[in-house]
Amino acid sequence: MKAYGSVHKYGDNIDTDVIIPARYLNSFDPKELAEKCMIDVDTEFVSRVKEGDIMVAGRNFGCGSSREHAPIAIKAAGISCVIADTFARIFYRNAINIGLPIIECPEAAAEITANDEVEIDFDSGVITDKTTGKSYQGQAFPEFMQGIIQAGGLVNYINRQSQG
Amino acid sequence: MGMTMTQKILAAHAGLESVEAGQLIEAMLDMVLGNDVTAPVAIKEMEKMKVDGVFDKDKIALVPDHFTPNKDIKSAENCMCMRAFAKENEITNYFEIGEMGIEHALLPEKGLVAAGDAVIGADSHTCTYGALGAFSTGVGSTDMAAGMATGKAWFKVPAALKFELTGKPAPWVSGKDIILHIIGKIGVDGARYKSMEFCGDGIASLRMDDRFTIANMAIEAGAKNGIFPVDEKTIAYMKEHGSGEYQVYEPDADAVYEETYVIDLAALKPTVAFPHLPENTKTIDEVGEVPIQQVVIGSCTNGRIDDMRAAARVLEGRKVAKGLRVIVIPATQAVYLQALEEGLLKIFIEAGAIVSTPTCGPCLGGHMGILAAGERAVSTTNRNFVGRMGHVESEVYLASPAVAAASAVTGKISGPAELGL
Repeated sequence: MKAYGSVHKYGDNIDTDVIIPARYLNSFDPKELAEKCMIDVDTEFVSRVKEGDIMVAGRNFGCGSSREHAPIAIKAAGISCVIADTFARIFYRNAINIGLPIIECPEAAAEITANDEVEIDFDSGVITDKTTGKSYQGQAFPEFMQGIIQAGGLVNYINRQSQG
Repeated sequence: MGMTMTQKILAAHAGLESVEAGQLIEAMLDMVLGNDVTAPVAIKEMEKMKVDGVFDKDKIALVPDHFTPNKDIKSAENCMCMRAFAKENEITNYFEIGEMGIEHALLPEKGLVAAGDAVIGADSHTCTYGALGAFSTGVGSTDMAAGMATGKAWFKVPAALKFELTGKPAPWVSGKDIILHIIGKIGVDGARYKSMEFCGDGIASLRMDDRFTIANMAIEAGAKNGIFPVDEKTIAYMKEHGSGEYQVYEPDADAVYEETYVIDLAALKPTVAFPHLPENTKTIDEVGEVPIQQVVIGSCTNGRIDDMRAAARVLEGRKVAKGLRVIVIPATQAVYLQALEEGLLKIFIEAGAIVSTPTCGPCLGGHMGILAAGERAVSTTNRNFVGRMGHVESEVYLASPAVAAASAVTGKISGPAELGL
């Protein structure tokens, strides 16, 4: 399983209130949420993002509220993977549960810059910046996590397993 | 190897003799909580699961509090979805607005959480119940759905940080000042993935409402949970609120803590977190001249009766600064009624504040006090992120009820000392 796309770069402590502001939480329709994703820190994000693109950020990505709407909005906007120095714990759990691939890699998070073309191999955890030619070793995705992501989230994954 | 309070509770709920940091466990849950923003998503997820109803109708709490009374049609539809689910599954602890309150003030008040419990809630401030000596943590809607269906959740056992509180805080220094001081010290990811365990002789001087405020904001340091030891005050609170059976867990003498911080409560001053992170703290003597347009006193952090009393003590016989909007929101119907009976609401109204029905409302920029571009608010809430209370160019300054009330009188960020208190 691989992801490939161009990079949208952000700093430290990107909180769930800026990923999807609470004023839009009266909806949980992924499409509607995607239209407002990152609007408070990057008004151009929604018009710029292409299917498969990658988000790269600094420390403590996804801190704050437990709203699952945040990873849902990012995924529905077309982002195929988020790379960060570190993730806040509830966001980490939510992202896996809804099938948004995320990977912690401080070196990649620091060095990859906006608009770079990046490939991520989830089996090996290798992140390759095709623009600079540099590779980084992130954490590999265990099989069950890849299973959750391929199933499109925890609920589908559990249902598929129980059908066995 | 010795265990922390958190680790002991998790071990007991996983049916294990002992656990250690980093271990993956599956734990039985005593309560699963959701609100009108997160529960509809969980309900939709649960419908996809091939399960037959909820695991226990008495161990689920559904509290419409964020956008209630319904602020718009979509919010009304979300509440309708919750209400229908609660009815269909005969959920005991569904609270309609007349009996409701902000979830994290309501659950302890209704005796639905007790020491030793393991609780998950689809709201990040679920960590509040650590004040009672429970393990409680925020999760997302999918985890809530799985919790409602199975009564279980998986956890990675957290490592711990120890906060030894010593001494007695000065007058007007509250739980809010203590937790803001700690977050300022360790940062918004200083306790990421870890439990914050409070101990020390300073705890005896803290009222339960101070402890709820401190545990509530553990998430603002990135923590999985915050937890207090159980003492006479905790037991008296649980008895008063009919919490029923409880279990006291104490840390082992050789429990492992990654770090120990000693906090001398007597040395703390009223503290304010500047935009746009709760870690940007300054003590009241360092704030300078910061004119404001709005004050909010309420939320799951500071909407309890002691918070109302502190604000009223400052506002009694005084007037809100001309042109300032001051919004007081008792966290629950019971707090509202108590404040009414004690004459606090009269003090607020005579001072020129408004008093709202319980709601999360402005804390997350939902309704009941949204800020325009360029406006500043002093708020007793928990987050001051970009756009949290309204426009992206508005600013939120986090403070205690006493500081918020004093600021309401002067029209700029001020401590009670500035009023001669």
